[in-house]
Amino acid sequence: MLEIRNLHARVEDKPILRGIDLTINAGEVHAIMGPNGSGKSTLAGVLAGRPDYDITEGQVLYQGKDLLEMDPEERAREGIFLAFQYPVEIPGVSNTYFLRAAVNAIRKHRGQPDLDAASFLKLVKEKMKLVKMSDELLKRPVNEGFSGGEKKRNEIFQMAVIAPRLAILDETDSGLDIDALRIVADGVNALRAADRAMLVITHYQRLLQYIVPDRVHVLAGGRIVRSGGKELALELEDKGYGGIGGKE
Amino acid sequence: MTTTLAPGLTTPQTHLDRFSQLEKTLLGHDVPSIARLRRTAIARFGEIGFPNERNEDWKFTNLGPLLRTPFSLATGEAGSLRAPSSAIVTSLRDALVRHRELVEPHLGQVADFKNHPFVALNTAFWPDGAFVYVPAGVVVEEPIELGATVSDQGPSLWYRRALIVLGRGAEATVVEHYAGRDVQSATNAVTEIVLGENARLDHYKVQEEPPRAFHLATTQVTQECASNFSTHYIGLGGSLVRNEVRVVFNGEGSEATVNGLYLVRGTQQADNFTVIDHARAHCASHELYKGVLDGKAKGVFNGKIFVRPDAQKTDAKQTNQTLLLSDDATINTKPQLEIYADDVKCTHGATVGQLDAEQLLYLRTRGIGLEQARALLTFAFANDIISRVKVAALRARLESALLEASHLPRLADTEDE
Repeated sequence: MLEIRNLHARVEDKPILRGIDLTINAGEVHAIMGPNGSGKSTLAGVLAGRPDYDITEGQVLYQGKDLLEMDPEERAREGIFLAFQYPVEIPGVSNTYFLRAAVNAIRKHRGQPDLDAASFLKLVKEKMKLVKMSDELLKRPVNEGFSGGEKKRNEIFQMAVIAPRLAILDETDSGLDIDALRIVADGVNALRAADRAMLVITHYQRLLQYIVPDRVHVLAGGRIVRSGGKELALELEDKGYGGIGGKE
Repeated sequence: MTTTLAPGLTTPQTHLDRFSQLEKTLLGHDVPSIARLRRTAIARFGEIGFPNERNEDWKFTNLGPLLRTPFSLATGEAGSLRAPSSAIVTSLRDALVRHRELVEPHLGQVADFKNHPFVALNTAFWPDGAFVYVPAGVVVEEPIELGATVSDQGPSLWYRRALIVLGRGAEATVVEHYAGRDVQSATNAVTEIVLGENARLDHYKVQEEPPRAFHLATTQVTQECASNFSTHYIGLGGSLVRNEVRVVFNGEGSEATVNGLYLVRGTQQADNFTVIDHARAHCASHELYKGVLDGKAKGVFNGKIFVRPDAQKTDAKQTNQTLLLSDDATINTKPQLEIYADDVKCTHGATVGQLDAEQLLYLRTRGIGLEQARALLTFAFANDIISRVKVAALRARLESALLEASHLPRLADTEDE
């Protein structure tokens, strides 16, 4: 589904990614772990189309297409979803309006007609249960006045409604207490599917107790320094990033 | 009642001559107090003349195009007055006959023509207007709508006038509409509002003049003790618009909310000028003006707040936010606080900016295209004011107009759920 080849990216003059190679197949959940400053969020941003980066080398193929040529909205319409580390507040736009505009933009791209109000509402009600979203949050402006946990739940809720092919979760666990973490993880697990891939980016091993990955990669200094199965996360917990080739 | 002027610059003398010519035909010429008022006003106009750019209050607005246009005088009718039975809602023409004792104490006494050339001209020339009187203790639930129709279709200058008086403890909602002459016309409007003790008025002004129209207007309000006034100005049209809102607290414990929204593009100019005069103690004012400018549009916000020496415990808050959608649009924003009392709370803030890059990215990562994302964020910025409109039907209409102007689909069915 996703093939990253020798990806180099910089912000202004500072190289951040220095040769990433990564292949993710449909149905797989990959975790990327790494210390602060290792390039985790940059990788998520580059994949979602954040404009702040300069791609200096390499290639990203998504379902055989050149991902880096696409605008952020085109990537989303093709099935990529980024759960933001810091979800953005949009005063004046209700969650419902926002989500329906998004769903219909994606449907239009696929040649499907707009979802009518009743079907949209049915879809929303069903997905709200997944992350225990309240009606009240749904009517409020996007993320405005939401607690940290509510914002992260809203990301997963959006993901459930949009039903992407490739979901990228950028430190969705950071700042969550254990109850919120469980709700988020349950939501993510419910969305695991044979035709869907996930890339879970995290600093902590804790999340991976709840979302068990097929593969774990350790990112350090802008490169993947180790890859392994889910047990690699435990090894990291034990030895720290310093112990396996990364810097603390 | 139509006089055509020779082409060329309109000078103050043109207006003085026209007054001499028309004086005996103007409404109320046989009512001594009205005739005197008109004469005093035109004489004062003769003394002060038109403002130029050296006048600090008019610095950023070029009146040239207005003064270069020869206008005939339009006659209008205060039309579409919806009158509740518990209040008087009628034309000034009718009110001068049937309710002269209610009109005379206030007409021309609230809007200060001595220091304002356009108010002076209006006070000299108003052909008719609207009169609203809500007696003491009467609560009018239904909004009172003030519209009007003009009979002339050529390039004409129309003096519109309204007098709104609420007695002690009265409550009402008044909506003023300005719209619809599809020619290069000019409107000079003056609305005088008098709030008695403990009265409460929600006032809305919707300005949807055609793209070539000039619109110069003053809404002037005087508030007695413990009264509550709110006004929302929604400015969507006009080529050159100067909208003034002036509030004077004439009694303690009063409150005023002065909000405004204007959307301009192309070469439109919108000049918003507000004055809140805390002349008495223990009054609160809240002011929020928002502007959306695209193309080569120009905007001005000038917000004066006076806190007089005795106006202790004043609580005044002023906010001005401007969204610039293009590199060529400009805004001049000028908060002006003059505080002569020492135990007061006064804040002001002005922001000027573009659409937020992070919000745009967030919308785009959900599949919403760049154009729609920009439109949605612009709508959200402007809707902050529309959403404060308490008259549901008006709010819905303005929201639709705003969505349409932003080329956004109306998804009311999900909103209402």
